[in-house]
Amino acid sequence: MDGVIDILLSASFWAAAIRIATPYMFGVLGALLCERSGVLNLGIEGIFTAGAMAGWMSVYLGTDLWTGVLIAALTGAIIGLLLALLTVPLGLSQHVTGIGITLFATSLAYFTYRLALPNVATPPTIVPFRPLAIPGLSDLPFIGAALFQQTPLTFLSFALFGIVAFVLYRTPLGLAIRAVGENPAAVEAQGLNVETIRVGTVVAGSALMALGGAFLTMSAFNAFFFEMTNGRGWICVALTVFASWRPGKALLGALLFGAFDAFQLRLQHQVGGVVPGQVFLMLPYLLSIAALVTIARSADYPKALMVPYFKGQR
Amino acid sequence: MALDPNAPLVLKLVGIGKRFGALSANEAIDLELRRGEILALLGENGAGKTTLMNILFGHYVADAGTISVAGLDDTLAPLAPGSPQAALDAGVGMVHQHFALAESLTVLENVVLGTRSLASLNLDLSGARRKLIALMAESGLDVPPDRRVSRLSVGEKQRLEILKVLYRGARILVLDEPTAVLTPQEVGGLFAVLRRLVASGLSVIFISHKLNEVLAIADRIAVLRAGRKVADRAAAGVDRAVLAELMVGHDITQSRRTPRAPGPPLLMLTKVTVRDPHRRAGLASASLTVHAGEIVGIAGVSGNGQSALAGVIAGTMAPTDGVVTLDGEALNPTPHASIAAGVGRIPEDRHHEGIVGALSIAENLALETLRGAFLKFDAMRTRAAAAIRAYDVRCPGPDAPIQLLSGGNIQKVILARVFERAPRVVLANQPTRGLDVGATAEVHRRLLEARARGVAIVLISEDLDELLALSDRVAVIARGALSPPLAVESVTKEQLGLMMAGHAEAA
Amino acid sequence: MIRFEPRTRAPLALRLTMQMAAVAAALALAAIPLALAGAPLWRAFGLMVQGAAGSAFALTETLTRATPLIFTGLAAAVAFRARLYNIGAEGQLYMGALAAVAIGTGAIAAPPYVLAPLVLLAGAIAGALMMLGPTLLRVRLGVDEVVTTLLLNFVVLLFVQMMLEGPLKDPMGGGWPQSEPILPEGSLPVLFARMRLHAGFIVALIASLALHVLIARTVLGLKIRAVGENAAAARYAGISVAGVMVVVGALSGALAGLAGASEVAGLKGYLTSDMSRGFGYAGIVVAMIAGLDALAVVPAAIFIAGIFVGADTMGRALGVSNYIADLIVAMSLLCVLVSGLFTRFHLRFR
Repeated sequence: MDGVIDILLSASFWAAAIRIATPYMFGVLGALLCERSGVLNLGIEGIFTAGAMAGWMSVYLGTDLWTGVLIAALTGAIIGLLLALLTVPLGLSQHVTGIGITLFATSLAYFTYRLALPNVATPPTIVPFRPLAIPGLSDLPFIGAALFQQTPLTFLSFALFGIVAFVLYRTPLGLAIRAVGENPAAVEAQGLNVETIRVGTVVAGSALMALGGAFLTMSAFNAFFFEMTNGRGWICVALTVFASWRPGKALLGALLFGAFDAFQLRLQHQVGGVVPGQVFLMLPYLLSIAALVTIARSADYPKALMVPYFKGQR
Repeated sequence: MALDPNAPLVLKLVGIGKRFGALSANEAIDLELRRGEILALLGENGAGKTTLMNILFGHYVADAGTISVAGLDDTLAPLAPGSPQAALDAGVGMVHQHFALAESLTVLENVVLGTRSLASLNLDLSGARRKLIALMAESGLDVPPDRRVSRLSVGEKQRLEILKVLYRGARILVLDEPTAVLTPQEVGGLFAVLRRLVASGLSVIFISHKLNEVLAIADRIAVLRAGRKVADRAAAGVDRAVLAELMVGHDITQSRRTPRAPGPPLLMLTKVTVRDPHRRAGLASASLTVHAGEIVGIAGVSGNGQSALAGVIAGTMAPTDGVVTLDGEALNPTPHASIAAGVGRIPEDRHHEGIVGALSIAENLALETLRGAFLKFDAMRTRAAAAIRAYDVRCPGPDAPIQLLSGGNIQKVILARVFERAPRVVLANQPTRGLDVGATAEVHRRLLEARARGVAIVLISEDLDELLALSDRVAVIARGALSPPLAVESVTKEQLGLMMAGHAEAA
Repeated sequence: MIRFEPRTRAPLALRLTMQMAAVAAALALAAIPLALAGAPLWRAFGLMVQGAAGSAFALTETLTRATPLIFTGLAAAVAFRARLYNIGAEGQLYMGALAAVAIGTGAIAAPPYVLAPLVLLAGAIAGALMMLGPTLLRVRLGVDEVVTTLLLNFVVLLFVQMMLEGPLKDPMGGGWPQSEPILPEGSLPVLFARMRLHAGFIVALIASLALHVLIARTVLGLKIRAVGENAAAARYAGISVAGVMVVVGALSGALAGLAGASEVAGLKGYLTSDMSRGFGYAGIVVAMIAGLDALAVVPAAIFIAGIFVGADTMGRALGVSNYIADLIVAMSLLCVLVSGLFTRFHLRFR
């Protein structure tokens, strides 16, 4: 029990929690946007991978880090556009198309990586983002180390939560997005174009997802590994349901998840000899399933989620 | 309602045509609307009225023809096709039959949706609220601006639909079957609002398949039949029978109900309570006895517990209290048990619950009585062929996918499925919704035949005329409470309307 | 704006043409990454064909590779028919392999004609049980089975690693995390001398036929189709939707489990944690190309297997990464989805 308290009282634990939470934050925000407009984006795992590879590769080939971030976002946006075109105007099954996009984006990322770097023994590295010092805040005792010594992408993800929440709840565009996920007929009757809104939202959401992947290769680590995303995308889908598609709850969910993950890592060090490492590694997935189960009965689904809409359909 | 032939034209449709595959939904239709006029678009289900208005509002694009709308200066200008935005900008507003509302958003949010540029960063809800409240005062339509739409009554939702269009500055109002979901008193209220709007300079197109209402409100009546306009005349002095014949094109013999003494009680609901999981009204300690050879009609505004009532009889919902018995034996609350006990069920929404579209007619007919391990194709096909003959189902054959059939023919297949098994009780839930006059007459005929054979029938319908024509006794359901059934000879539509209004305004 | 008009009939000829067109399109699109890799196109495709079918040995290799794909393809086909989206075939496959190894490496003594079927049965049961959880969660609580089955794939893989480093580790395996080999009595015999094609392929063909009969000719099959097309109407007609889903889930999991068991007992002989190269996910592509038809799964699986085997050969010869195979398979899925539109609808442009 002392071990637990020690872990919770260390600033490095909270810093790690936020760091580990960051890819989930990007992913959940992106998934939430897509699903709010009525499109389930199961390409998320593939978009994570593609964003991770594209961003890293861009830096490896000589661009600066922020250009790499932009390339990653663009990659996500393009893949998102493909998924959007297949599921919105063409109305294909969102489940199967999403899996197809994940397979496509993942294999494309792996193939491209191997194309540029055939068979290297150890994966090459880049110089990743360094923690950003915020004057004043970073030096606060405990809180400074815990909260304010993160890398720029983490701060960006927090900022994006605020921006997305603002857009969703305080602008005409956000109102349209929310309405399109509830009743597209209502939106069309008011003169707006359902397909454009959905496609645009999916593209934006996919760009955010790709940033989650970019964080892995450009901030958390400094190289691209195969199987790197390791199911984070699917966990984000579960977290989005758990958060009832609300940005505030989503942020909380991602942070709690990061904290849990950081906790089990530290716990592994303490108890690792007795319990096999794999048990700890299983916990995030099992926790996600548990989260889905607990929220299942009361989930407030956007009513038009996964229902394709064809113009003039009444 | 004075008809001023000198009022300027506000809308002109010329030669509108629209095909869906082999079906000609609209053919060479001309229509004119003058300022301050209420034009009724009359026709039976499937005549093409909604299609025509959907073309006007931009949900569909016509294959042929032009639309012109008058601007503020009274000159007609062409309307860009296929764009609801263009229609709204030109002052055309549509109040849809199935409300185009986002249930989880508030009244104000639904009104504001799409009214501000998507590039703007300011939603300006307070400004919109002021404008909406002023509009409500001016038009006499009242809805609480900050209430979630899911918590509005049906009448309030319709008022919201009208307010939405008025807010956009509509000068031409199109209402699609607005009275289908209203009580007789609410219909009167709606007509008062329409007259008020028209007096202030708006023009109204009113789609309906109900003769009486059209005669009560319209200045002019245009009749559509099978996609063509067959009549266009002033309402004053029109003969009801002439209109009916124009609508249908031939004489339809209505089935007559002959009074008869009912048999022993068959179906009994005793203080049945149901909590509806979707938060609609369930049933509140409802009791009902239906005798062999009688039709008990259930009247009510949609959303007052009809689904729960149908659910406990059909076996799709379990009562939380009370008991449902058939001939003395308690009914197990599963669809399978209900079917096995001899209950025939005609579902409310044939596409949602009645048939599996991609399966064949034969397979759909067999769906309720599947037994054994292997399918017996020959038996299924023979049975289907017999049903198709007996019910005159127009179809390519027993193996054709059922989704190819028209609504009326699908309903015939469902009737065949129900009556083949010689049920003792029949639940008919909105059995003629969306059907044309011919198909409706067929359904009525089958129900009356079953009644004559001693079947106990529960008829749930939004159509008071249908209920009064077919039922032996009528009960009203309001907020889950079932009134004691009254003999049909002793009730009037107005009485029923008042009882139905017991549902009150707010949820 | 594109408008869709449902076709009244979808003739078989049209469906077949569209599916083959889709696959051809995916192969044509593969020219782009091949060109980027600097591979001479005709030579690359030629090598792929040669590698997949250019000799008796190549053919048997392709059929061997197709065996697990037939099983996972059938698993996806039956599940998707009921709109139960089982994406967990990868995990169910490994559980099947695990069960096969637990039974077949010496825990039970039995003669050959008994042990081998037992091994397969164990694999099927393990796979079925694995899918039971997500199915029940979907049926009772409405939890989306796509996410739960996907997440469980990762859990299963970790579990397998744990087992292979622990209780199931082969003490004579040179320190590698692998299981003991399956006993000869428990192994599936090879069909031809000096080839790797094993009896699992025959079992897969039988499974395909059996599933076809089930779906097309039995009451359960009609119920499955009804539930998949319109669950509300199926329920209204008295069909137990939950019951059908559970049966379908068990069937789907069992088939995926058979994939793993047959791979271990027929091809590999022992279990390692990298036994499957995405067979579970490829099974989904197989099922979609086959139009969810149990008989069509066989040629579809052979085709996908041919791509993998051919790409291996081509890749080694021309120095192209064999991720090209995964890329072609993924593009095939997307192309088949789009081509399905042409089968079901007339497209009208306005």
